[in-house]
Amino acid sequence: MRAKEIAEALCAAPLTEWNDETMNREYTNVFATDLMSDALALIQDDEESTVLLTGLCNNQTLRTAEMLDVSFIVFVRGKYLQDADIAMAEAMNLTCIATDLTMYDACGRLYQKGLTGIYG
Amino acid sequence: MDSVLHKEYTVVQDDYVNAGKVSSDIKSTLSEIGVSPKVLRKIAVACYEAEINLIIHAYGGKVTVDVTDDGVIHLEFKDPGPGIPDLEKALTPGWSTASEKARGMGFGAGMGLPNIQRVSDGFHIESSQKGTTLSLEFRTAI
Repeated sequence: MRAKEIAEALCAAPLTEWNDETMNREYTNVFATDLMSDALALIQDDEESTVLLTGLCNNQTLRTAEMLDVSFIVFVRGKYLQDADIAMAEAMNLTCIATDLTMYDACGRLYQKGLTGIYG
Repeated sequence: MDSVLHKEYTVVQDDYVNAGKVSSDIKSTLSEIGVSPKVLRKIAVACYEAEINLIIHAYGGKVTVDVTDDGVIHLEFKDPGPGIPDLEKALTPGWSTASEKARGMGFGAGMGLPNIQRVSDGFHIESSQKGTTLSLEFRTAI
């Protein structure tokens, strides 16, 4: 599923640069957590095609994605990055979008669209 | 074995603003010398977890990276205390003594040391009240 379609499904707004390249990247699975330690422990394969859903909106979410080579973060529950963190995300080539949906609703919508969990 | 790359860093206690910068630099440095993305991710995850431990559990510390000419990457995390009271528990997934502040930053799931151990090819830890030294090895073909 393309990033653009994920954003549409979640009624999400882009926080970082949103162009043809970032909108058309393909993603196949989702990991949803507010605990970055769990993301670091459990995302072990297919990092490039994994979407990270989280309500934790700070620079350590960005660092975690950077370490894992995850390139797409969806912030749920109406959380928005601060300007300094947006600049940091763009420097890391991360795409970040934000939705007002809760984690449960966001996961449900993406599951219905065919995205799986990290174990398929 | 001779060291072909050597770098040292200082990590400051409770410095959440800069947390991860050391790991980010190590990851990009090792990428530049040709470490494969798969090995690089393992190193980055272990390094970041250990760096966070220095920030949230220790009084800060020093990080050293050495690459030897046999292609082994050595990482050392050395802090001046206060030490890990029960190493066996600290290596048990889910066991955590992280502060509320650390948990608010997304850490303290009790997965740090077990995760570091899982991704490393070599893992050695010594701890007393005078400090903790964590030594890691990663084998790679550069």
